[in-house]
Order: sequence, then structure tokens, then C-alpha cells
Amino acid sequence: MAGAAADPREAAFQASIDAERSVEPRDWMPERYRATLIRQIAQHAHSEIIGMQPEGNWITRAPSLRRKAILLAKVQDEAGHGLYLYSAAETLGVSRSELVEMLQTGRQKYSSIFNYPTLTWADVGTIGWLVDGAAITNQLALTKTSYGPYARAMVRICREESFHQRQGFELLAQLSRGTPAQRAMAQDAVDRWWWPSLMMFGPPDGSSPNSAQSMKWKIKRVSNDELRQRFVDMTVPQAQALGLTLPDPELNWNESSGHYDFGPIDWDEFAKVLNGDGPCNAERIRVRREADSGGAWVREAARAWAAKHSHPAAGDAA
Amino acid sequence: MSTDVVAASDLQVYALYLGDDCLILSHRLAELAAHAPEFEEDVALSNLALDLLGQARALLTYAGVVEAAGRDEDALAYGRDDREFHNLLLVEQPNFDFAHTIVRQLFFASYQLALYRRLEHSQDLTLAAVAAKGAKEASYHRDHARLWTVRLGDGTKESHSRMEAAVGFLWPFTGELFQPDPITQRLVAAGIAADPAALEPVWRAQIDQTFAEAGLGHPVELGIRQGGRSGLHSEHLGHLLSEMQHLHRSHPNASW
Ligand SMILES: [Fe+2]
Ligand SMILES: [Fe+2]
Repeated sequence: MAGAAADPREAAFQASIDAERSVEPRDWMPERYRATLIRQIAQHAHSEIIGMQPEGNWITRAPSLRRKAILLAKVQDEAGHGLYLYSAAETLGVSRSELVEMLQTGRQKYSSIFNYPTLTWADVGTIGWLVDGAAITNQLALTKTSYGPYARAMVRICREESFHQRQGFELLAQLSRGTPAQRAMAQDAVDRWWWPSLMMFGPPDGSSPNSAQSMKWKIKRVSNDELRQRFVDMTVPQAQALGLTLPDPELNWNESSGHYDFGPIDWDEFAKVLNGDGPCNAERIRVRREADSGGAWVREAARAWAAKHSHPAAGDAA
Repeated sequence: MSTDVVAASDLQVYALYLGDDCLILSHRLAELAAHAPEFEEDVALSNLALDLLGQARALLTYAGVVEAAGRDEDALAYGRDDREFHNLLLVEQPNFDFAHTIVRQLFFASYQLALYRRLEHSQDLTLAAVAAKGAKEASYHRDHARLWTVRLGDGTKESHSRMEAAVGFLWPFTGELFQPDPITQRLVAAGIAADPAALEPVWRAQIDQTFAEAGLGHPVELGIRQGGRSGLHSEHLGHLLSEMQHLHRSHPNASW
């Protein structure tokens, strides 16, 4: 194998990227571009799937039928997002089952935010508001990512995520103008979810090793820190509208920068949670494996049935 | 034969019969969110749960309107104890495994489809409207259950024996679907309710055809377990309600 840099196709590929042409599945692409995208899209798909758990945790206890319907529909949307993203990843030559296997064996990650527990009903609203809000900030930037199928998936997904965000905000608004217990519930949830939400954008630009190449390939268009800042700027006024306090004494409007300043993020906690020591890492994977192994006989039966009924002679009978 | 001779209390209870079936079954299906055997089924089961929840909300709201005592859908869903629930015993049975979920779906959706197709012509316009919309949904639910029943019944040895076990467990609850009771019969006479006994042949034809395709059998006689309509439930309902109602009841007078 000659060095990748010697491959003339690589220069043409970069030129095409620089000319803002989107990369499509049949196009030639550097193996590292392919691998980076597989990893990123898979991680994104896994996050949708694992994200169903913390919120699904409250479906059966939703305190009104209207909220129950909204939450059920939301969790269903996330399953749809997962499926859609796995399909996008499959255009790069991997199968969904390989990816799910890597999720379940810990070889691929999902967003560390879902390793925190949903302890009260207010967590459902807070996740919608902050976590879906952060996801939209990220994904809006990804609607212009260089890989076509991923970009198109993001356009569709963003539309639904913004629904989720509004519904979460509305749920919290209801709590914050409710009884003292409801208000306290809302504030407690925001206290617990604020910092993990900021961590969703990943490590600071200075210590984000893969970012430079991703930016060059236009997989990533906006840096982690810039996305984080956009999120903070968007969210602070919303918190004020809710009458809830964000748990950061250093959060202040900075006249000269035109942005909100905020306090230091606990990156040790981020690393800890990412590496498996968060409150729910083991539980999330346990539940996923259990659903997978518990459903194995069903999938096997479906395959066996399809095989029996795929004979040409039987083709029309069904 | 006109609706004005009908007692409001009869109509209210009948709306609860139908609404509670939807509410409780929807809850059972919602328990499976993020636990289905494949991601496509997470989406499909949520769809079923959402359809049923929509029907439940319309029917409970209507029961509250007819009662005219100021109870809305939430007061009825969260404020009643298990002895005040009127759902069929079938729909409260747990998701022991996917086979139980599917057999319960097949039995109920086939029944509900037959029911709604008659109720579409009810003299009561609200029930007729719920049924007209619900029939389309029930027809999809029946197809979903039928597809899985055939695949699992005729899939592997294991899937077949799991389906047999599920049929064995759930069959005893089938008789209650077609059991007449005085309230329903009075409403049948007024052209409002569907006669449960009349639904049985349609239901049986559906089940027999599907079971034949799936290579499954069932007893000739319908099961005899009953009591749900009059509030005598299995032990499972109390646990379901304690989970469903806990948060709502912990905060009296709160809005969500
Ligand atoms: Fe999503
Ligand atoms: Fe979402």
C-alpha cells in the first residue's frame, strides 16, 4: 500500500469538498473519511436509541394523558431517528447489526448525556429543552455536512428535534408556574442537567484531536466551543423566561463580546462518564442487551419464516 | 328507539367500557418503548399505543361530558381505583414475552375492529365518530398482529411453542369480549351500542383463519374468565394503576 497522501484521488476529493460539492455513497472517498463518518453517524444513531431509555422511563408515569401522548410520540421519534441514521451509516458499507453489536460491547459510544438518570417528571421537560436544544444546535450545523446522506438525515431530524425542544420548554413552563413542589422539581432538574448539556458539544477546541481533519473535510463545520457558545446564548434568555436559574454563578452577559460568559466545565467528570463511570452507563447497556437478547427468538423466527416463504413456487401464495 | 330514553349513567359507563380498554392496553404497549425485539417494532408498538391512547382520551372525555360532574379525561384516568375500572381482563394481562403481546393484540384488535365497524352506525354521534376513526386504526392493528402471529406461529420451534403458551394463557379471557351485560343490552336496544354477542362470529372467523395460517390451535369453547366490566380485575391491574397514577395523585390540584 502506498501512502494515502500519494493517492491523486485524495487531492481531487479535497478539491471537490472545497468546492462545496456533497459526497455521495458511490463517490470515491479516503478510507479515513469513511471511517470517521461511520464512527460519527453510528455514535449519533446509538445516542438516539439509548436516549429512548431515560425518557421512556417516565412514559408509564406521565401525570396527564396529554403529556403521556407527547412523550410517547417523542420516544417513538427517537427510534425513527436511530433507524434513519443507521440507514445513513449503511450507505458507507457497514451493517446495522455490526454497529449495534459495537454499541452493546462498548466499542462505539453514544452521547454521554444519557448516562445520567431521569429522577423526576421535570427531567422529561428538561431533557426536551436542554438536551434536544443542544442536539439541534449541533445538528443544524450538520445539515451542511459534506456527506450527502448524513446531511439529508439531519434536515429531517432537526425538524422533529425542534418540536421536542418546544414541548420540553412548555412542560417546564407549566411546572414553573405550578405548585411550589412542581417549581422545585423543575429547578432541581435544571440544576442537574445544565452542566452535562454543555458537555454534549465535546471537549474544548484546544483538546479535540479529531476536529481539525473533520473541519477540513467539512464533516464538521463549526467548532465545539463555538457551538457551545451558540447554545448558551440561545438558552440563557429562555431560562429567564421560565423563571428558572441556571446553576452557574459566572454566567453573565458580556457586552464587549456580545455573548454570555460562563464558568469552567468539569472535564474530569466528562471523561469519567465517557469512559463508563457515569451513573447509568452499565444500566443503559444492560437494558439494550436485554432487549436485544430477549428479542433474538423473534428476529430468528421472522428470518426462518421469510426463508420458508421465499421459494419461487411459494412466492405468489402469500 | 331514540337516544333520549337512554339513561346518561348507562351511556357514561359504556363509554368507560370502551375507553378503559383503550387506556389500559395503550399503557401495556407503552411499557415496551425501548424494549421491543427490534427497532422497527419500537416504532410500531408506539404507534399502536398512541392510537389507543387517542381513542381513550376521546372516550374518557365523552364519559365525563355525559356524567356532567366535572370530571375530565385525567380525573377519570388517574382518579379512579381499580374497582372502578371497566376494561376487559384481556387488555390488562402483562407483556410476559413478545408472544403474549402479539396474541393479546390479535385477540383485542380483531374484536375492536368488529366492534367499531358496527359502532360506526351508532345513533350516538360521538361514539360513531370515535368508531369511524378507530376502525381504520384497529384494522392496521389487526394486520400488524396477524402478520406477527403467522411469522411466530410458523417460524421456529421456539417461537411456535411460545405462541402456544401465550394462547394458552390468554384464551381464558376471550369469552368476556362477547359477554352481554344489562347496560350494554339497554344501549343495544336504543341503537347506541354494538351487541357483543354479534361480534363473535366475525372475530372467530378472523382468529381461525389467522391461526390456520400460523399453524396454531385453540380450544373450541371461548374462555370463561370475566369480571372486568364490573370492576373485578386480575391482580395485574392494581400494579399497572399504581405506576400510572402515582405521580398524578401525589400532587392533588396540580396541572401538568
Ligand atoms: Fe432524536
Ligand atoms: Fe429528540
